[in-house]
Amino acid sequence: MTLAGIFQSGVSIQFYMVLATLLFSIGAVGVLVRRNAIILLMCIELMLNSVNLLLVAFSTYFGKADGQIFVFFIMVVAAAEATVGLSILVMAYRNLRTTDVGLFNKLKG
Amino acid sequence: MSLELIATILGGLTVGSALMVVLSKHPVRSVLYLVLTFFMISSNYILMNAQFIAVVNIIVYAGAIMVLFLFVLMLLNLKQENEPRTSFLIKIASVLAGGALFTVFIAALKDGVVIAASSVVEANDQGLVQNLGQLLFTKYVLPFEVSSVLFIAAMVGAVMLAKREKQMID
Repeated sequence: MTLAGIFQSGVSIQFYMVLATLLFSIGAVGVLVRRNAIILLMCIELMLNSVNLLLVAFSTYFGKADGQIFVFFIMVVAAAEATVGLSILVMAYRNLRTTDVGLFNKLKG
Repeated sequence: MSLELIATILGGLTVGSALMVVLSKHPVRSVLYLVLTFFMISSNYILMNAQFIAVVNIIVYAGAIMVLFLFVLMLLNLKQENEPRTSFLIKIASVLAGGALFTVFIAALKDGVVIAASSVVEANDQGLVQNLGQLLFTKYVLPFEVSSVLFIAAMVGAVMLAKREKQMID
């Protein structure tokens, strides 16, 4: 039994499809439920990771490495997004003294 | 232990720790549960023989991004008592919306036909560094270079945003 043979050993690709969908839904619920802007960004990271998991699962299943390259690029974009998002958040906290997204309503007029 | 059992246990732990990210009230605890989730996802990668992605996932996500989140949390000094509350109605509506999203995704994926059988591929070493590096620097060399431009843009943007301005808007 080798680790490479996970899809030969009875674990179906459907298992990882359900797992990734479940993680994505949990991330989406987190974005809707929580009002702390930092936790919102974390839930977005969770959703990105669920997509990564599905890409790697399909890449292993089909024996093509292209999916794993895409995971690499998603990580790059996620890192850039997290830096810019957090610096915007620090800026907003400096002006408003809160991270509650319900109170970010200065543009409402 | 069979691989099936290991995969099921790891999947359950991943979903459990992801749930705790959303459910835990304290923001720092939320970040730590997210780090645990990333480790669980990495273990899933190792199970699928994607070793390079597993290591990079730990280094980039658990090592860099999550430390950045934790650093900002400590900097802003958020307490549990001034954590914003969500009304009960919004909670119910959000869980219903998430459940509907999950149902729609599963219903759409259920009818999808998976074409190739995995038994065709016997040498399953495409997740190793040598193979990925070869692909990254030949077929995907242009996106790789463009992503460095993205990084410079993000770096300059973060520095510009975080710089304290001379006059503050009241």
